[in-house]
Amino acid sequence: MEDIYKELTQIVGAAYVSNQPEERFIYSRDPGTMEPREPDYVVLPATTDEVQKIVLLANRKKVPLVPMGGGLVLSGLSRALKGGIVLDLKRMNRILEVNERSRYALVEAGTSQGMLQAYLKKNYPTLKHSVPDSPPMATIGGNVLIHGSGHLSHAAGFHSEMLNGLEVVLPTGEVVKIGSCSTSPYWFGRAPLPDLAGLFLGWFGTTGVVTKLAIKLYPNRPYQDVGVFVTEDPELVPEVFYQATGVQVAEDITAWMTPKPDWAKGFQHININYAADTPEELIWKRNLIRASLKRLIGQKVGGFLPLPPPMKKNFLEAPQTTLAQFADVRKGGGFEYVGGIMPIDLFPRAYRAGIEIAARQGTTYSTGARIIGLAHCMMFFFAYPFNRADESDVDRARRALEETNRAVLNMGGIPWKAEAPAQKQIIGRMDPHTLGLITRVRSMLDPQGIMNPGNWEVR
Amino acid sequence: MEFADILHRCFRCGYCKFPNNYQDFNCPSYSKFRFETYSPGGRMWLLRAWLNGEMKTSPRLAEILFSCATCGNCVEHCVFPKFKDDILHAFLAAREEMVNRGTVPPAVRDYLKALQIHGNPYKLPASERGNWEHGLNLESYSGQEYLFHAGCVGSLDERGMKMARSVAGLLKGLGVSFGVLGADENCDGNEARSLGEKGVFQSLVEQNIREFQKRDVKKVMTLSPHAYHAFKNDYPKDSHPFEVFHYTQVLAMQAKKLSALPAHSPLRVTYHDPCYLGRHNKEYQAPRKVLKSISGLQLMEMGRVKENAFCCGGGGGNFFTDLLGSGPESPARARVREAVDTGASVLAVACPNCAKMLEDAVKAENLEGKIAVKEISEIIQEKA
Repeated sequence: MEDIYKELTQIVGAAYVSNQPEERFIYSRDPGTMEPREPDYVVLPATTDEVQKIVLLANRKKVPLVPMGGGLVLSGLSRALKGGIVLDLKRMNRILEVNERSRYALVEAGTSQGMLQAYLKKNYPTLKHSVPDSPPMATIGGNVLIHGSGHLSHAAGFHSEMLNGLEVVLPTGEVVKIGSCSTSPYWFGRAPLPDLAGLFLGWFGTTGVVTKLAIKLYPNRPYQDVGVFVTEDPELVPEVFYQATGVQVAEDITAWMTPKPDWAKGFQHININYAADTPEELIWKRNLIRASLKRLIGQKVGGFLPLPPPMKKNFLEAPQTTLAQFADVRKGGGFEYVGGIMPIDLFPRAYRAGIEIAARQGTTYSTGARIIGLAHCMMFFFAYPFNRADESDVDRARRALEETNRAVLNMGGIPWKAEAPAQKQIIGRMDPHTLGLITRVRSMLDPQGIMNPGNWEVR
Repeated sequence: MEFADILHRCFRCGYCKFPNNYQDFNCPSYSKFRFETYSPGGRMWLLRAWLNGEMKTSPRLAEILFSCATCGNCVEHCVFPKFKDDILHAFLAAREEMVNRGTVPPAVRDYLKALQIHGNPYKLPASERGNWEHGLNLESYSGQEYLFHAGCVGSLDERGMKMARSVAGLLKGLGVSFGVLGADENCDGNEARSLGEKGVFQSLVEQNIREFQKRDVKKVMTLSPHAYHAFKNDYPKDSHPFEVFHYTQVLAMQAKKLSALPAHSPLRVTYHDPCYLGRHNKEYQAPRKVLKSISGLQLMEMGRVKENAFCCGGGGGNFFTDLLGSGPESPARARVREAVDTGASVLAVACPNCAKMLEDAVKAENLEGKIAVKEISEIIQEKA
């Protein structure tokens, strides 16, 4: 053990390695419900070269390696389930290139969402990236690799679909480039080559350590607005999504359902965010969106909510800081949710399941959804705030999450960034040949089994 | 421990690490150390574990706790109303707990010991407290409008003394009515308070109040924003009410006179907000008003200013204990790099701690040819 510590200090410097109880404690847990799992070391590399040396060391010593970004996944994916080294990548946060004309940014994987957002605002004000609603500490790398979504997901899909290329340190130590950057000096995309990015997307760090990535950027239009369509009938919501996405003028479409405050109870609120280069264009887009829902408005089964300016301001914010307050309803510092990726048709079923599970677990429901693409699917979330100081409340949330994961799978959805127990639920339903392929790919890439073991495992 | 009941409420969401535009890490200790443990959220969770018995007292835990610069960025940017108001209070309560248990880092122990024995952290006799004013012919306080408080750094540190002389000289030149206490001046105790030593702080409060009462002081003008903060917010005003001013606020009242001074060659200046003047007391305008009154001066703001300013790393006792240390990632060095990026040739300061921290950082970064750290009155008088 002492040898490993010494070698790690030689790689990154003594200031950036710890085997102390304080770091082992903090890095053993996240704000979600998963039980703590202590790493033996926490290491903060600053370069790809350092990551490579750490991977080679881990290979030699057969020590597990757990890559970590912002640590905000909530489902415990960066806990060291089998001990070993947690690699906190947030020192790797340089913004390496912005190609304005080809609209992409090349960043180190530990770059935070907030820093890229600020950098673009200052240096390329006409460009933006799709910002998730996680706090600004979430990293670009982490969010892309878990198939995150955000404020441009209606326009452009999952964040993993906005990925142009990767630099990855493989579990055996080779540094590989994925996408156009493997062949060209440009990081413009993944086509027309064999697409190897899938070897690293959604694998929770079990196939390598991503050190750099390029993501697509989009126009940052100066005029922004949001309309909130409200209906009391959950059965109508898929139709609302279908119609509103069909006109293809919004950037982001989200839904939220909560019994608190009182005026919100029983309603499905659908936020439609759109932006324009001129006031005229904004009005034109507003009219198109309203026209798409005209039939429902005419039938008096739904309509647009008049928005007080403070509420509109909150809804236009990216990330929405009020969502953090929304997570604080139990005043207990604990929050986790199941994000079920599923077809939009399942909205009414998911909504009802959310209410039923919350009632069974003795809590208030708090659900919502984000549309991915042109309503190609949605991320439907079931949120469970809890009080960390009350173990029975933590247990209640844990039970609710487990039940929700099962419900999502039963209705045909798949839990997003699933906790280790939910991964087992998913694996239990997976086509055996798919699972076999996953296992073979993983064995081939990581023959020593050092990468984030305990995740996506059959046993 | 006081405020123990709020520790579990932190989500560790990390808003507290940033300024409002998220351009860079804005928590000095997290920015320097980069382990989650050194962030406000990490501290919250560790303290809870410590109080629950899950975490033992250790030198590292003490370093984590005492490396907080008490800059207030976390309070400013935490997104949870009400809870945020007590974040720093909880850290100070934990420091007090460690002081009481005798488990503080050696540098903190040495600071508090020196303050207790000598009345100042420099271990110098009280008789030397008035040395800074030699040759200025300042009046001893005897009912003038203001009592000018130089503080420990202004009275006993070489850089601080230079600043105190400059400020007092300018005030005198402008005809401001003030007097000084010289060797009779006491430490304001702000650093003792922020290091969790309530007993020493209370004793200094009593000494100062007694002195103010004896001399019937109505208005105190401080050199240091740290003293300004303590006098204004933490001193009882019931037995002897007094108003508190930072010297930049008094200079701002003299802006017309300052504007009338002869213009100098064009000067590009950026200004560093001291945390205890800015974020803690919301005084952002007075220093800027003074700077803008100087003809020929162009104020070039950094990205992180006012409530988003990045601390020099000298707050919360760290000016003396140096737990945030040196190295390229130290807050002061990061701050002077940011200042250079504005294109300014002068980094203006309004705090003796900031002056020294940033001046040392300029040297460490080899930026001496590019930028000079100057206190506001120094800029005015150089020009004039």
